[in-house]
Amino acid sequence: MTGTLIGNFPFVAAVVLMGIALYILIFRRNLIKIVMGITILSSSVNLFLVTLGYRTGGIAPIYTDAPEGPMVLPVVQALTLTSIVIAVATSALILSLVIRIYRHTGSLDSKKSRRMKG
Amino acid sequence: MATLIGHSSILIIAIPLLIAFLTPLIGMANKKARNVVVIGSLVFVAFLVFALAKDVILNGIHTYTLGATSSNLTIPEGTMMPVRIILEVDGVSVFMGIIVTIVSLVAVIYSLSAMKGETGQNRFYTLLLLLIAGTFGMVFTGDLFNLFVFLEIASISGAALIAFRTRFADSQEGGFKYIVVSAIASLMVLFAIGLLYAQYNLLNIGALAAAIQYTMLDRIALVILISAFVMKLGGVPMHMWLSDTYSVAPVSITVLLIAASQASMYALMRICFTLYGITLDLAVVGWIIIAIGILSMFIGVTMAVRQTDITRLIAYNCVCEAGFMLVGLGVGLAVLDDRTALRTYGTTAISGAIFHVINHALFEGLLFLVAGAIFYRIGTRDINRMGGLGHTMKFTAAFFLLGALASSGLPPFNGFASKILIYESVYQFNPILTIIGILVSIITLAVFVKAFFSAFTGALLPKYEDIKEVPKAMIAAMTIFAVIIIIFGLFPGLIVDWIVRPATDALVGQTSYINAIVGIVP
Repeated sequence: MTGTLIGNFPFVAAVVLMGIALYILIFRRNLIKIVMGITILSSSVNLFLVTLGYRTGGIAPIYTDAPEGPMVLPVVQALTLTSIVIAVATSALILSLVIRIYRHTGSLDSKKSRRMKG
Repeated sequence: MATLIGHSSILIIAIPLLIAFLTPLIGMANKKARNVVVIGSLVFVAFLVFALAKDVILNGIHTYTLGATSSNLTIPEGTMMPVRIILEVDGVSVFMGIIVTIVSLVAVIYSLSAMKGETGQNRFYTLLLLLIAGTFGMVFTGDLFNLFVFLEIASISGAALIAFRTRFADSQEGGFKYIVVSAIASLMVLFAIGLLYAQYNLLNIGALAAAIQYTMLDRIALVILISAFVMKLGGVPMHMWLSDTYSVAPVSITVLLIAASQASMYALMRICFTLYGITLDLAVVGWIIIAIGILSMFIGVTMAVRQTDITRLIAYNCVCEAGFMLVGLGVGLAVLDDRTALRTYGTTAISGAIFHVINHALFEGLLFLVAGAIFYRIGTRDINRMGGLGHTMKFTAAFFLLGALASSGLPPFNGFASKILIYESVYQFNPILTIIGILVSIITLAVFVKAFFSAFTGALLPKYEDIKEVPKAMIAAMTIFAVIIIIFGLFPGLIVDWIVRPATDALVGQTSYINAIVGIVP
């Protein structure tokens, strides 16, 4: 029982992180905190993907001096790498937009800057 | 020629991607040359799309394996599953490709004059081409992770384009909203892809569809995928971003964003019909999509009634029209396993929904271009401050009326052709849905009549007396949409036979999509 719990711990962590991120995105009004929420969300998805890629007893697919045994097909690791790169681009763009909004409105509170309701 | 068509699916994505990064270099040397290169490359892409469409409709599904020794080798020797990225183009994909190509050409022609006074035009065209490449990629790919990557390319460049005019505070907020919504939606898509990969070790849509079991995890993945894509296309519980972003973006970008939203609609169709197919609880999922559709229609049109900003009014009308497509798709999905019902009205409902996708892109695009033309000349989007513009902007007024009538589904225009397909087939499924649909169309007409009369008719306001018609490039862009709307309205039968019917068959026939990938296993 404790063995499976420890084995599944990264999955639990990913889901908890996702919950925190969604809470921030829904209930927080500060624009910087929304950016942090998105970053946490992407980290939780990345953690989930990397955890999927772990195979007990498999070895890393590096052919130089590889020991005997089955190699892991590194699809998920490749996905995570791509996803990290995309997340960097997203947060760079989103932060530059936050700076622009701050210059226009002088505030980071989404309630104050939101002039387009309804 | 045969080689060109063989490689066309990757060229259609690669050419805009390559030209995107060349435009700043060319633009530094010569602005005219840059415009020529951008338009020339898009015309060449349009030629490739139509050639590919003809080939796909006549000869069946076209697959292209990236990095393989031969481009149609979907499964490499020595393995039992597709490990490479595969582009798979079938009837629905080329149909969406045709929409994207028409819309992108019009958007670029319109931008030539609409963006003339702006700074940083070289980067504008780079982002524009990236958005086009991302949208093409979304509709042509046969790989789930690739779909996510192209979704992100389209979202990031789209958000940057919405916020392009940095002097407007509301564009910055619109861009912020768009990127937040897109980032959440695409990360949830990635999470769902992870759930599917965890069970089947596959990312290819065709191979996954062959293996899928509809376990508990698959249901969770389905819920996440449907909600993420409904969020991206502006279905009702998550529609609030759409009016805020569509109304503040440069209009040529709004037109492309409509195409990008339609690509999300395509992804939704792919997920429901091809990936899950008949393993779904068809009635339940079908009714959920119908419910989202009905809500979108109703809330979209009622919110449109109280808008005074002309672009927001059209944006809420977009929500409403998306509802029509969702209802058609939902009805088709609900009867997918019932052979007689599918033959009598199911396929008609799906055809209507698919036909409405292209009509929607055309008439909403035209309406947004008209709104942009008005803003270009008088600098306001508030309907109450317009008046008598029809005296001086005759073409613009005529185009607005054309778009409005097509959008409300009046007979000689294309909106009628697709709405009648949806009405008559949905009536056999459940009459109440059709009654709601007709009611919503009537309210849409009322909304547009009000907007038309207060903006274009009446006495010419003194402050607008020296307003002229918009530049020729803008008129040309609007004319392209208007001509296609009239042709589609006059000959709907031909269009349905040529492009809509193959798309419907491709959606309903899940096995041919699967066989194109895994059927070659020895």
